[in-house]
Amino acid sequence: MLEWKAFFRSASFAKNLALKILMGFGVIYFAVMFVGLGVLAYYGLKDSFPDPLVIINKYLIYYFVFDLVFRLALQKMPVMNIRPLLTLPIKSATIVNFSLGKTYLSFFNTLHAFIFLPFAIVLILNGYDVVSVILWLFSIVFLLYINNFLNILLNNKDKLFILFLAITALFGASQYYEIFDVTLYTGPFYQSFFDIKWMIAVPLIVLVILYFVTFNYFKSNLYLDAGLASKHDIAKTENYAWLNQYGVMGTFLKNDIKLIKRNKRSKTTVFMSVMFLFYGLLFYGTGIEAYNSPAMHMFAGVFVSGGFLITFGQFVPSWDSSYYGLMMTQNISYRDYLNSKWWLMVIGTAVTAVVASFYLYFGIHIYMMILAGAIYNIGVNSLLVLLGGAYTKTPIDLTSTKGAFGDKKAFNIKTMLISIPQLGGPMAFYALGHYLISPNAGLLFVALAGILGLAFKNKAFDLIVKIYKNEKYAALDSYKQKSA
Amino acid sequence: MIKVNNLSKTYNGTTVLKINDLEIPKGESFGLVGNNGAGKTTFFSLLLDLIQPSSGEIINNGVQVNTSEDWKPFTASFIDESFLIGYLTPEEYFYFIGDLRGQNKADIDVLLLKHTEFFNGEILNNKKYLRDLSKGNQKKVGIIATLIGNPQVVILDEPFANLDPTTQFRLKKIIKDLADDPNVTVLVSSHDLQHTVEVSNRIVAMHKGEVVKDIKTSAETLRELEEFFAV
Repeated sequence: MLEWKAFFRSASFAKNLALKILMGFGVIYFAVMFVGLGVLAYYGLKDSFPDPLVIINKYLIYYFVFDLVFRLALQKMPVMNIRPLLTLPIKSATIVNFSLGKTYLSFFNTLHAFIFLPFAIVLILNGYDVVSVILWLFSIVFLLYINNFLNILLNNKDKLFILFLAITALFGASQYYEIFDVTLYTGPFYQSFFDIKWMIAVPLIVLVILYFVTFNYFKSNLYLDAGLASKHDIAKTENYAWLNQYGVMGTFLKNDIKLIKRNKRSKTTVFMSVMFLFYGLLFYGTGIEAYNSPAMHMFAGVFVSGGFLITFGQFVPSWDSSYYGLMMTQNISYRDYLNSKWWLMVIGTAVTAVVASFYLYFGIHIYMMILAGAIYNIGVNSLLVLLGGAYTKTPIDLTSTKGAFGDKKAFNIKTMLISIPQLGGPMAFYALGHYLISPNAGLLFVALAGILGLAFKNKAFDLIVKIYKNEKYAALDSYKQKSA
Repeated sequence: MIKVNNLSKTYNGTTVLKINDLEIPKGESFGLVGNNGAGKTTFFSLLLDLIQPSSGEIINNGVQVNTSEDWKPFTASFIDESFLIGYLTPEEYFYFIGDLRGQNKADIDVLLLKHTEFFNGEILNNKKYLRDLSKGNQKKVGIIATLIGNPQVVILDEPFANLDPTTQFRLKKIIKDLADDPNVTVLVSSHDLQHTVEVSNRIVAMHKGEVVKDIKTSAETLRELEEFFAV
């Protein structure tokens, strides 16, 4: 009941209808994609292997470990909502069950149904034994819920998921180089859920035990100074005196560095921008046919160096939302403030462009594309991102990682329109040069657009500052609403 | 120093603040009292250009606050926790504000040393970020930060709330010292009539967005206010 209210009364719910419909389509799109994956997995594998189920079972171990890693990194127990319930006349067992129950239906559990359910149906349609398939499916579901409880129990160990990731990488590598094949042991295990009828009891018993362990663990920690305590970090004063020489901008840069270093949300953002760095591999490798066109290569070129700019920049000024009142009453000009954010993005882009030099492996032209993309990012996209930020009025809770993967509340028509030239621009410029003159001319066009943007930076800043001033009161007002 | 002309603020047809004429001369120690919803914070927010007036204007030292930003260099304020930066240590926060107000590290250190007693050993060198401090200690940081850079106008919203009795006593001394400086205009709002009477030489009581009392502080003031609010 309480949770329903929290959901319906959150700021996001009052978004306009058009956007909701759009988001609805997005959800349907992904659902269909996953269902498609489940269905096609069978027929795709059927071509090369006699029994697709055996192959699926062989690699299931990786699926489960990745699932656990993802959960450890992203799925959090919503313990804070419990605090006000403690003093109310509710049995503590009810409270624990309520918060555990909330995780059962979470996205992390329901997501898998979209893959496994269609896959199981396809199996049955293709003449697999109905009872065995159902038993196998339920075993998988139980195993997923085991992951669910494991995640809750292991949640407070921050570094754990890196360890899991490392182990998976190790197994993956040793399997690839044929040193040790873990799937030789785990494959038959998962297969046995299908072959042997009573095997379903194994995950079921483990699940029940884990439930009770989790339940007791939670119940005994249901105190403000135990499980519900908020963690405190040990703080260290840092001065970064070397930044003093840059005046007011140095002051802000210092703050922004601390912002990124000391908050979960911003750290996730930096992590994501590293992922973007490798996004290009999908495009420049030979893997995917649809990505293998000049315009798509340029698209990736922008992404590779622009990860930080996009993930960090889209939330300027929301990063400062929790103390925006201070910023607006202090002796600060908007120009200095935005300028320091701009520099931060420029530095971020430049650093990624250098790190991206491993793309030289794909040839000098590919790396030149990335460099041209970086110039475009610095010259044009940095300004566009700041412009879009003026309309993004989502308060950010720095201490939670929630919403780091694109906050649905952050979307609005204006920011969407602004984001079109961010990627469409360089693609068009490059395609124009590539097809009319030569690939190198395409690079030149993109880079020129970037340099042109840089030349008009001051003019653009005048405009952006004006827009920020206009949006100031609306921003202050919506930042007061803490993100629900 | 501060002049209010025909100021009003309306939300969806409900007027939450209406002050026709109010003048706060330079050097005055101005106390604002009233119940919840009286409009104290609304008035301060208007004064700091955090919200837009529905009509009228506020002039701070000759600067109209909602059209120019020139009032910012000589005005310091602490309204609530949104004036603190949670991921900084108290020291870093003071230096940050100092940088913005043209004070170097040494200036800040002098100021912090002066207020060692007020901090009561709970603020500095405690290896804690501001977000992890208690409400009272956060308030201490916010209040002292307003003193950085010798501002001419100091605005404190509910400074006594959440402070322990000893600290309240020390805060009164700090505000009185400020008030004694003829160049500094202090604006303090509070629910606590006695504290406000002690630190202010003029008290304005607000009720439902309007000024209902405007008195020079005297021996009689506290009784007069208590009578007014005892309903």
